[in-house]
Amino acid sequence: MTTHTTAPGAPLGGWALADTRALVGRTLRRALRTPDTLLMGIALPVIIMAMFVYVFGGAIDTGMAYVDYVVPGIVLLCAGYGASTTAVGVASDMTGGLMNRFRSLPMRPAAALTGHVVESMARNAVSTVLVVGVAFAAGFRPDAGPGGWLATAALVAAYVLALTWVAVCTGIVASSPEAASAFSFAIMFLPYVSSAFVQPETMPRVLELVARYQPVTPVTDTVRAWLTGAGQAQPWVAFAWCAGLFLVARVGAVVLFRRRTR
Amino acid sequence: MPMIATHGVHKSYGRTHVLRGVDLAAEEGEVLALLGPNGAGKTTLVGVLATLVRPDAGTAHVGGYDVVREPQRARTVFSLTGQYAAVDDLLTGRENLRLMARLAHLPTAVGRRRADELLDVFRLADAADRLVRTYSGGMRRRLDLAVSLLTRPRVIFLDEPTTGLDPRSRGELWQVVRDVVGEGTTVLLTTQYLEEADALADRVAVLDRGSVIAEGTAAELKRRVGTAHLELELAGGEVRHLPTDGSVADGRRLLAEVEAAGWEVRHWRLVTPTLDDVFLALTGEASSGAKDLQEVAA
Repeated sequence: MTTHTTAPGAPLGGWALADTRALVGRTLRRALRTPDTLLMGIALPVIIMAMFVYVFGGAIDTGMAYVDYVVPGIVLLCAGYGASTTAVGVASDMTGGLMNRFRSLPMRPAAALTGHVVESMARNAVSTVLVVGVAFAAGFRPDAGPGGWLATAALVAAYVLALTWVAVCTGIVASSPEAASAFSFAIMFLPYVSSAFVQPETMPRVLELVARYQPVTPVTDTVRAWLTGAGQAQPWVAFAWCAGLFLVARVGAVVLFRRRTR
Repeated sequence: MPMIATHGVHKSYGRTHVLRGVDLAAEEGEVLALLGPNGAGKTTLVGVLATLVRPDAGTAHVGGYDVVREPQRARTVFSLTGQYAAVDDLLTGRENLRLMARLAHLPTAVGRRRADELLDVFRLADAADRLVRTYSGGMRRRLDLAVSLLTRPRVIFLDEPTTGLDPRSRGELWQVVRDVVGEGTTVLLTTQYLEEADALADRVAVLDRGSVIAEGTAAELKRRVGTAHLELELAGGEVRHLPTDGSVADGRRLLAEVEAAGWEVRHWRLVTPTLDDVFLALTGEASSGAKDLQEVAA
């Protein structure tokens, strides 16, 4: 039974790191074997981009080329949707037998959650790059330098990280993977009531307030300002939203996980 | 020292008392079947022993370790095969085994060797590099059990291992369990199939509504219900029961008596009490078999 004691046989970085690495390997393999999740995460924003740029765009006046206005919102919609699908993976681990098996092993079961989060970051990095590529093909012409792109990448990553942990919470409490998939639907709606597609000033008063004080608006505005120079960047508000969501969801995930597995 | 021991284990969810003071013990190398209908508390009890469910009262030890106070140590002794095959559909059989070996903290080389060994033993070698989602139900259960055996545990919990399997797959799984037991492993098996408890277990504990209502070998439990009898279907459609000790001589004697009495027998058979009769008699829902036995006894 010496194989289970930590001290002598523990690998470099300890068992926690080794467990997490094993589980990240697992989720990445799963991602490669379900390309439909990635494809959906790209196809959806591309269709929405085509709709808004070519169908509605002509009728929406934002004081700038609509494609330049809308692409930041589409990128965040894509990232939000991609992050939200994590809920399904977590829910199927929780409701199938796998989580019980993890819990009866001498590992830290929360490492399984970390595996899902790392997979979400990697998958969203790929899908975001592809969606930006499609945006260029549709006529997106940002004028940001390397610094602007780097800052944008950091903000989008923070946004994905925060939403992924919210998705993890949803996955933990969901009664089935199907129920968890409804979360993606809810997350997809957030950008519509924000500055992503139209300027909030054009909305009825109540919706304008919702749009102004929800996370998608400052994040979108900041990305748009950094990439195209249009509008006001609100980096502190944007990062504060991401950090706040992350902290609440991260702590929430631990608490919910304990309650669900009691 | 028993490898599995529980004393007065209670567990409630809200107002539902799932376990009401369960006392159980299994010695090293013993196969103990926990027999009960759906909702009897079998899975909850396994959950307590497997450190997944915290009992409200009472104590539970596995391999001498208290599962509440020393869960990490207890986890080094047992492995759990739950009701749902706990394998990843999107990994191959071999990848599942290797992943679980890493998470069980086996050295990489040992884990790989053990994975290959188990794939052979469980006749999964040909399917080793196929995704588990292409496996049949029986193959998934075998892989699940193989995962449980990676660390050569001294105690195995099998929670309804054959529920939903076809008879052939069930037979294959039984054979594997018998092989494992040959190596001196202690097994706690939950089942709602009396046939399964009869086939595999040294001892059977009957769990009903959260407490153990009977315990003993399958033979002992059957004896509590009654003896074997001859069932005779007469020409008029009437059915008679004659108690017998089951020997050939006694059968011959009874049939001779029947002949002498001039009964016109259309059909006859020897009926021995099954664990089904035991179970139904114990839980108070007398089966037709049990009722007939009472008639014969009267």
